[in-house]
Order: sequence, then structure tokens, then C-alpha cells
Amino acid sequence: MYSEKVMDHFNNPRNVGEIENASGVGTVGNAKCGDIMRMYLDIDENGIIQDVKFKTFGCGAAVATSSMATELVKGKTVKEALLVTNKAVMEALDGLPPVKVHCSLLAEEAIHAALWDYAEKNNIVIEGLEKPVNDIAEKEEDVSETY
Amino acid sequence: MSKVIYLDNAATTQVYPEVVEAMTPFFTEYYGNPSSIYSFAGEANKAVTKARETLADLINAKSEEIYFTGGGSESDNWALKATAEAYGNKGKHVITTKIEHHAILHTCQYLEKKGYEVTYLDVDEYGSVKLDELEKAIRPDTILISVMTANNEIGTIQPIEEIGQIAKKHGVLFHTDAVQAFGHIDIDVEKMNIDMLSASGHKINGPKGIGLMYIRKGVKIRSFIHGGAQERSRRAGTHNVPGIVGFAKAAELAKASLGERIAYETELRDYLIERVLKEIPFSRLNGERQKRLPNNTNFCFKFIEGESLLILLDQKGICGSSGSACTSGSLDPSHVLLAIGLPHEIAHGSLRLTLSEKTTKEEIDFTVDELKSIVDRLRSMSPLYEDFVKKNGGK
Repeated sequence: MYSEKVMDHFNNPRNVGEIENASGVGTVGNAKCGDIMRMYLDIDENGIIQDVKFKTFGCGAAVATSSMATELVKGKTVKEALLVTNKAVMEALDGLPPVKVHCSLLAEEAIHAALWDYAEKNNIVIEGLEKPVNDIAEKEEDVSETY
Repeated sequence: MSKVIYLDNAATTQVYPEVVEAMTPFFTEYYGNPSSIYSFAGEANKAVTKARETLADLINAKSEEIYFTGGGSESDNWALKATAEAYGNKGKHVITTKIEHHAILHTCQYLEKKGYEVTYLDVDEYGSVKLDELEKAIRPDTILISVMTANNEIGTIQPIEEIGQIAKKHGVLFHTDAVQAFGHIDIDVEKMNIDMLSASGHKINGPKGIGLMYIRKGVKIRSFIHGGAQERSRRAGTHNVPGIVGFAKAAELAKASLGERIAYETELRDYLIERVLKEIPFSRLNGERQKRLPNNTNFCFKFIEGESLLILLDQKGICGSSGSACTSGSLDPSHVLLAIGLPHEIAHGSLRLTLSEKTTKEEIDFTVDELKSIVDRLRSMSPLYEDFVKKNGGK
């Protein structure tokens, strides 16, 4: 059901992890639909993305799209990163099954959310960037009781 | 991938060689249509008659109460739609549960569109129907109660005998979807007051595409497939003779091994459950601990999602399944796990492993060992786990 590239990125995800004191962090998605992505960006004073890490809760496609998205934005300027669309992520992965297209949208949104956080922290406005939808911050459900 | 460890016996089972052997002559030698008059077709006719007796025997029914169908879903559809039609004058209310198979749930939704009312009973946290609520739900216009014998996802065995008593007391027909339970646990339609029962061949090491419906004598239920006079004119269509013979052979084997199989699978099941709960933190068993199908386990692993887990298990040759959305192509997590009260993000991380009498302890050990590292790996990349660790005072 998945392309070889998707399987490769799922099996060997690039840039998994966290960045301490990241320039921008964005978390998107929600547990209801089953996918949550968190993107960390390390952006230098010239606005170049020096490093990027991600963590993802989700299906194979969610992991692969996050991984691919990190590869596509690494080394890019903030402006260039904004041009990494879900379509670009999908194409780079040789396509996704129709039911998984939302994962690529989530990857795009995760980048935008991290950039938004970066812009807020630095009090700057990134042209063309809108505040992304972010569900997870409001979610405070303690489920440890169930275990 | 060298070896396959098949732990998805609730999805389907291996067709036993003895079953294939029993079926083969009815493809190549005795291929006559059992409804034909000439003696050449006699062998096929006799085989169908004998198969009916064997299958009836497994659930203490009479052979004329067994009707062959194309499988479990057809039987479920038939039971609901035809009962609704036949008893529609008496009332238009049906009672079922929230954790039924979709063959029941979607048929109920269809009936609702046709003007019937359906009560979907809640279940408790283990997936058991609450008998007092069931009884309270019965109204003067209730014509049918349909409750599955055992759940296909979490394995919970329902109090069928008690439900049968309640149904009888109120004069309401009782249908049970026994697709997962037939041949796996003891079922007695007399003792349990079952009026209709659905079963399927491929869940008991028989072939796919053959099922049955038990219909108690006296229940007036109409034909579902119109055509020839097969199955006492209630289910038309040339008999699937090899399928019927294979189904009966599988039932015969299942009956002979039942006690031993239950004991073996139960022990292995409990071993698997114990290892997982003990060795994988934040894991949870879904369903009733004891009153579950002998071969069923269903776990949730907090902070991870089911499809990723299944793909990684598959790469180790382990076949399992998940109530997860992604595998079924819908985005909703399992309706069964939601019905037992699990929150969405946990319901997304479920894993069903269903054993067979051929599953070995070595296979279970290998599976648990792999599962441990896969769960670790997925948690290490889960933002939910990261949040949890941070909230609880760092690593």
C-alpha cells in the first residue's frame, strides 16, 4: 500500500528527536484522528534552518511525511521552507494512498507551526505565514488511570 | 522474512489439510448438483445432508434447523432483515449492542432507514452487556434481540444463556452472531434459548465463502435469496457442496479437539497476556480477563499508534491486527474500544493477537520480545510520550 520511499522513511526516519532551546517548536494534529506531529527548528541569525527534528505519533504515512518534511526544510531559509507544501512532501515520497493525504497536510502544518512559534519568539512577521491550527496545546487528558 | 508467525486467527484461519482432502472429491468427482434427480448427484446430496447433521450436532440443533449461507455476514443480514420484515406487523423495535460486528451494526442502520427503531446497548468496561439494561430496553414492540456470542476484537464472551432467558421470558426472538465463537467454545442452542445463530466456515479452519444460520423450528423468517427451492425455499442458490463438506469437516475436527484446544489456547493466551502486561510499561489488556475467547488477546500501548506497530511487526514476520483506523481505511478508531470507554488516542494504539492450537510458546516469546523493542522505538519518537516524560520529572 505504501511506496518504497514511504517505507524507507518509515523504517529509517530522518531527524527524529528534539532540539533543546529550539528557535521554533510546533505541534499539530490531534489524538482523535490519530496523528500528532511535533517539529523543532534551529534557525540561525540569517534565517537559515540549521537543524530540524521531529517526533510523531501516527501511522506509517505520518512518520514518513514528517521525516521527508524535515529533509526538505533542512538548510533552507525560512522563506524557502514556507514553500514546502504537502504536495511537495507527497511527490518526494512518490505519492501516498488517498486516505493518507491528510498526513502530508499535517507535515506542512507542522513546519508552519514551528515557523509561527519562531516568529512569535522573535517578534517578527513572516510574510505569507498564517497561524496554524494547533489542537494539542488544549488537550489535557490524563489517561493514566486506565492503566 | 523467513518465517511467518500467524497471530490473526480471528481474521481467518488456515484451512486444514484434512478439510481440503474432504472437499476435493466434490470438485472433481462428485460434482453433481445435489438438487438433481439422477443417482450421480446422490453423493453430493448425501454429503450435504451429512454435513448438516454434523454442524447441527456442534450446537445441539436439529439438522433441519441449519441453513447454509455464503458466510457470517450474509447470515447476520438475513437474520436481521428477514426478521424485521416477517415480524414488522408485531413491532418495529430491535435491540442490539454497540460492540457488534459491522455486519450487524450496518444492517441495523439500514433497518433504521426503513423505519425501524434500534436500541444500541452500552457495555461495561470489559465489553459485557448489562443484563438489567437489556431487560429494561425491551418494549411491547420489540421483535428481536441480537447480541454476539463473543466479540471479534476484544474476545469478551457475553452472558448468552441469561440473555436467552430474558428474551424467552418476554417472548422476543434472540439472534446471536457466533462467528467468532462457533467451534471455539461450547454453544448449546437449546440450553441457551437461541432462536437464530450465525456462523462461518473460515474461522474454524474451514473454507471461506460458506456459513450457516441456525433458525429454530417455528421461527417464521422469510427467504433472503429468492430463487430455487434449496434450503427449504429459504435460501436459494445451488449448494456450495465442497464448501459445505469442508465446513462440516472443520466442525467435526473442532468438536473432537474442543476441550483440549480450549485448555491449550487458554494457557498460551494467559502466558502472552502476563508477559505483555508485566514487561511492557503502560500496556493494557482490553476485554474481560477470564471470560474471553481462549485464543483472543487485545492490548493497548499508550503513546503509540496501531498501524506503525503493525508494519513493524510485519517486518518481523508477525501477523497481527489493530482496531486502528488506518488499517480499515476509515479514520475512526475501533467502535468496540470506544464503547468500553477508552479515549481516542489510546484506542488508536491497539493490537489484537489471536492464537490457534498450532501457535507455540516459542512464537509467543519471539513476538513479545519483538513487541517490546518496537513499542520502545515508537515511544522514542512519540510526542505524546515526550510530554508524558517531561510532565513526570524528566528522563
